[in-house]
This record gives sequence, C-alpha cells and structure tokens, in this order.
Amino acid sequence: MDRTGAQIIWECLLREGVETVFGYPGGAILPTYDAMTEYPIRHVLVRHEQSAVHMADGFARASGRTGVVVATSGPGATNLVTGLATAMLDSIPLVAITGQVGSGLLGTDAFQEVDITGITLPITKHNYLVTRAQDIAPAIREAFAVATSGRPGPVLVDITKDAQQGRATLDWEGAAPTRHLRHIPPSPKQVDLDRALAMINAAQRPVILAGHGIQLSGARAEVLALAELAQIPFAETLLGLGAVPASHVLSLGMMGMHGESWVNQAIQEADLLIALGMRFDDRVTGRLKEYAPNALKIHVDIDASEINKLVPVDVPLGGDLKQVLQAMLPAVKAADHTPWLERIRSWRGDSAVRDIKNLPDDGHLYAAHVMHDLWKITKGEAVVVTDVGQHQMWEAQYYHHDGERSLITSGGAGTMGFALPAAIGAKLARPEAEVWVVAGDGGFQMTFAELMTAVQEGVKVNIAVINNGYLGMVRQWQALFYEGRYAATPILSPDFVKLAEAFGIHGQRVDKRSDLAVAVALARQQPGTALIEFKVEQEDSVYPMVAAGAALHDMIRRPSPSPIAETGSDPV
Amino acid sequence: MSHVLVIYTDDEPGVLTRVAMLFRRRGFNIHSLTVGPTERVHVSRMTVVVDTDEATARRAVEHLRKLVNVLEVQQLGHGRNVVRDLALLRVSTRQGRSEVLQLVQVFRANVVDIADDSVVIECTGSLGKIEALVDSLRPFGILELGRTGAVAMARGERSEASNRLAASAVEAPGSSGAMSV
Ligand SMILES: Cc1ncc(C[n+]2csc(CCOP(=O)(O)OP(=O)(O)O)c2C)c(N)n1
Ligand SMILES: [Mg+2]
Repeated sequence: MDRTGAQIIWECLLREGVETVFGYPGGAILPTYDAMTEYPIRHVLVRHEQSAVHMADGFARASGRTGVVVATSGPGATNLVTGLATAMLDSIPLVAITGQVGSGLLGTDAFQEVDITGITLPITKHNYLVTRAQDIAPAIREAFAVATSGRPGPVLVDITKDAQQGRATLDWEGAAPTRHLRHIPPSPKQVDLDRALAMINAAQRPVILAGHGIQLSGARAEVLALAELAQIPFAETLLGLGAVPASHVLSLGMMGMHGESWVNQAIQEADLLIALGMRFDDRVTGRLKEYAPNALKIHVDIDASEINKLVPVDVPLGGDLKQVLQAMLPAVKAADHTPWLERIRSWRGDSAVRDIKNLPDDGHLYAAHVMHDLWKITKGEAVVVTDVGQHQMWEAQYYHHDGERSLITSGGAGTMGFALPAAIGAKLARPEAEVWVVAGDGGFQMTFAELMTAVQEGVKVNIAVINNGYLGMVRQWQALFYEGRYAATPILSPDFVKLAEAFGIHGQRVDKRSDLAVAVALARQQPGTALIEFKVEQEDSVYPMVAAGAALHDMIRRPSPSPIAETGSDPV
Repeated sequence: MSHVLVIYTDDEPGVLTRVAMLFRRRGFNIHSLTVGPTERVHVSRMTVVVDTDEATARRAVEHLRKLVNVLEVQQLGHGRNVVRDLALLRVSTRQGRSEVLQLVQVFRANVVDIADDSVVIECTGSLGKIEALVDSLRPFGILELGRTGAVAMARGERSEASNRLAASAVEAPGSSGAMSV
C-alpha cells in the first residue's frame, strides 16, 4: 500500500511497539504531526524539547524499552542536544525523530535549517539524514536496532519535509536492519575466561564492582549467583544502585567520590576487582595511579573500547555480561571469605557512630533526614528520580534501592533539570509505580515548566524539592577548595507552594523533621502531582568526599561529632 | 610510534566525517588518512596512519568497530606491510636542470611536466623514500609539494579482514544506503 512518508513514520513506530512519544511540533515536522491522529500512539506535549528527551530517557530507564522523541527542525532540534548527550553518556536507548527543511533547501541556510546530524554526531550512537520517503522505514528500523543492541544509546533520524510528504510503499521485511550486528556482541576468548576463573577461585580479598551494565544486560541473577557462590562482596556505582539489591548481605554500598568510606577502603585493599558493566569513571576511581594498587583486575563490558581505557586490566572480557557470567559460573568454586568480610564490617562499624539513625534530632531539617525518612515511609519501593547535586548524593547514600530500575539519575552527564521530566516519563512507562522526584532548588527551576505537562497529561508524580538556598554542590566545592567564596551559588526560589497552586497541583512546605511524615502521607494521597518543599540546612556538605584527583582512600570525612550522619550504614 | 589502520566502510556520504570525528574526539593524532574504492562495490577503504602507542592504537580499533558504517578494521603489524605514498613536487630548475633530473633518476621518480624554469616530479614509495627525495630536492627550491598520505596493505596472504569481508558479501548491502550522514 502506498503511504506518505509521514504515515510510514507512525506505522514503523507502531510496529516497533511504541505506544508513547514525547514531542513538540513545528513547521518542518508538521506533515508528521498531521498524520499522527490516525495512529493509536499517545503524544505527550512537553514545554521544552530538552524535557522531551529527558522524558523519553526516564521512560526508557524505568521500563527497559526504547524512548521516542519527536521535534521540529532548527531550534526544536538543537533543544534536544543536552538530552541526547545525557542519554549517550548513560547508554540509554532512544530514537529521536526531527523534521528537516525540504531536501532542495538543504545547505542553503533556509529558515530553521540546522545541521542537526552534524551537531549530534558525537552525542548519538548513529544518526541519519533521510531525504526520500522510501528511505524512512529502513532508517527507523535500523535506528531502533542500533539504539538497543550492544551498548545502548540514542539515535537521531532527521527527515526532510518532502520525505514526509512524499509517497512510498512500506516494505517492512525489506527494511530489516543488519548492520547493527556487524561487531556485536564481542565474545571473550576462552583463555581469558579461564584466567578470570583462576583469579576468582584464588582470590582472598575480592570485590565485585557492580555497574549499570548489570541492568542493561539483565544479569542481576548471574551477578548474585557469582557473589553468593564465591562469597564476594559487591560495591555499586551510582548507576549500579538498584541493579543489585542494597539489602543483600554482600552489598557494600556506593563507591567513589561520595561513596561509603568502607567501600572505597575495600576497593583499595582488594586483591581482585571484578568489574561488571562499569567503566571506571573518574568519579569512582579517584587518582588513577593509586587506584586499587594491590588488585588484579577483571573487566567485563559489552563495549570493548571501554576495556583498558583508563585502568589497565589483567583480564579483558569483552562481551555481554549475562552471557559471560553464564559461561563462567559452572566453573566458579564455592569459597569462604569470612576474614575479608569481617574486616570490611569493622570499617563499617567505624562509620556507624556517625550514622543518622544513632544521632538525636537537633530540631534542624537535613536533606539526609529527608532521604532516610522517605526511604522508610515508602518502604524503599518507590522509583526515585533525582536531579543533580548534593541531594542526588544524599539520595544515593540514604535511600537504599533493592528493586531494579528503582533509581533514575543522570550519572555520566550530571544534567541539572533532568529529574522532573524524567520522572514524568518513568511514570508513563510504569503507571503502577510510586514515582518520586528528588530535586534541588536550582535544578528544579531549570525544568519546572514540565509541571504543566504532568497536569495536562494527568500524570501523578510526587516531588521533593530540597531547598537549601544554594547551588549546593558547587557551594560545597567553594567551601572546601575556594576558601568559601560563594560566587554565583546563592539562589533565590519562588514560593514553591504558590507555584504549585499556580500549576493547579498540591503544594506543601516542610521545615521540621517532625512534620515530614504527615506531609509525605498527604502528598501520596493526592490523585495528581504533589510537591513538597523541604527547607533544609543551607550549608551542609556531602561526606565522605574524595576530592577530584585525590586517591580513593584519601577521603574528607565529616567533622565528628556531628549532628548528622556521614552516610547511612546498614539498610535495616 | 606510528600505526597503520585499514578500515573498510560503507561507501556513503558522511562516513569520512564519522571516522575523522572519532579520531578528533578521542584525541588520536592522525598522521595521514586516505580513502578510496575497493574490490567490492559500496565498500570504501581507508588507510589511517596514527602516531600513538600500541594500547591507544588498539583502542582506536575498538572505537572504530562501534561505528555502524564500519565493516572491518585491521591494524597492520609492523614491518610486514607495503605502505605507499604518492608525492607531486614542483621543483625549480634555475640552479641546474640536469642535477634535478639526476636525482629523479636515482629515486626512480618521474618527471610529469616541464616548464621553463621548473619541473613537476611524481614519486611513489615508502614514507621514508619520499622524505629522502624531498630532502634532496629542497636545496633546489621546492615550489609546491602535494602528498596523498599512505595507502597500505599487508604482505603475504590476503588479510583476515579482507577474507571476512568477502565471506560476508552475501550480507544485504546496507539497506539504508546513501542516506547516512
Ligand atoms: C545543566 C547543568 N549546569 C550546571 C551544572 C553544575 N552543577 C552541578 S551540581 C550544581 C548545583 C545544583 O544545585 P541544586 O539543584 O540546588 O542542588 P543541591 O546541590 O543544592 O542539592 C551545579 C550548578 C550541572 N550539573 N548541570
Ligand atoms: Mg540547592
């Protein structure tokens, strides 16, 4: 059957299983919007295209499905850039479809012509410029295949207006993609698998580094099987939180710049690191020269270019994590590492004296309290979507994630403004889930226009704005490394309760810990989106902290005794 | 240390940009890059010479493999390759045409154009040979110099990469031909 290019776009999306897209119309994409009404696909109208990408990103992170974005040419397309970079750095499968000026006008600086494929080249896995209707289906099919295969990532398909308006026959079978499988998955060499097994079976002080790849590969069961069989404790990266359960006896907690002190110490003293789907980001290694000096290193990653990139490893295992572990598990020997586990536990005890649970409430409200109490009240079962800054780190430290895909946060890019739109996307992907936004007063102000999107779409998310009156994480660096000169970090906020009212949502303000539970209960009861502003201690800092470029064991600890905890200890 | 990479790609607009962008983005230093058609239709072949250490060269290979348009990447071993560069030189003959022509003979180069007080010389050879010719002619006055950059091929049997490529010839050609950027 002969169709317009615009119809082919929607037909392909339908066949790819897409039910929801996030977008914003404009001239160059108008033919596609015009055809949209014929198809049973929900369109979420955002307030800014960057948010459309974050929504699709949150949708993908919450569900494991591919998020889809639609935008127009020129400024519509350039507004996608931060969202695409965010998804690229965190390996999130997205397909973004942009309108482009007519093919005859390409290269003429026509109205709203921007070279979006050129601009997004380094921040997409791949992109396409499609100028003919018959090329649309192959491009979209391949885009989905590329976005989801191997190490996932965003793909952009730029389609000229005349390609949308032109006619072609949809040859679905003929458009089947093949090129995405040219080099993936890599498979590890048997000798390397054998060497890895020998190291695992001989290790005395092993630690598993659990990354986002566990989630992406669906390898939780295999990772836990390895850990339990050989009694290997595991430490999580920020994006690894929730990929493995925090309440597991072998779970140590988060590693890195704001990781638990005992976790970083365990890594530094380990004799074997088994890195599973993580990439030794500078935020988790500290100074590379002094990183885990005594440890042999095994690195499993589906992206072979990540192996030996920053940390030289002893055994490179390029491949899909689940498959690699399945190949190894039968030969892993049961082991007992009681002395090692005991040693780590003793370091953990050292932090317990600073733990929030063991300290009296001094009448102040601390962000850490909010996270801890929120974790308790929601029984750790909420999907929490965080923004970027101090509150993000406190959430990671105090909200213990057991469930898969229960923490959604911008790790690699650290994109402020991510939380609210990503949460709306997450809620649309998993309507049964209780979704919480945890955002700072700074980041929330970047994208709060999306409150109206939530209202228009009838989406309920609960929002905790952690208002400390500062761009807190930057202020913390100024306090620690710039002699307290707070340049451009004090930030004013609107009256968030009135703001909520203006958007027609429920709003509350909390400045005492004793009022927290009631407010949270009330917010949860609301049928629609509800916001709570938490007015917290203004100049608190996140501890422990490994300064940028310092060795991982060289941690700045919270001055003790202190009214509040350094980090949360056991998730009990 | 220079490393020679041979990259087989889809013959599509924009592929060169993708490869060049990758090298720039990852900070790999390109010494030369050449591109041209191959024994197969729709497949281009690039020869890239990079100045870097062995580990970085290997990582470049892994990065290249992630590009959708890359079919095969081969890192040539040291010493067992034919590496050829083509140079065109316009050299002044004011200080003696015969000396210039003599050098051309010694280097087994060719004179491809003669003007009143200059000649255009064509020379093919290893990078070292071309550099030696350039050095020898410099005193006469090199008015213009153009080089292609290296094209390379491993000596001996057909390379594994090329074999794999032939074996995969049945693979449907990139269905989305001629639309990638
Ligand atoms: C888009 C963007 N701009 C700037 C930054 C740099 N930055 C990182 S954290 C931070 C402060 C965040 O302040 P706020 O949202 O109030 O959170 P807090 O740290 O106070 O919890 C800034 C400015 C960033 N990560 N993203
Ligand atoms: Mg703040």
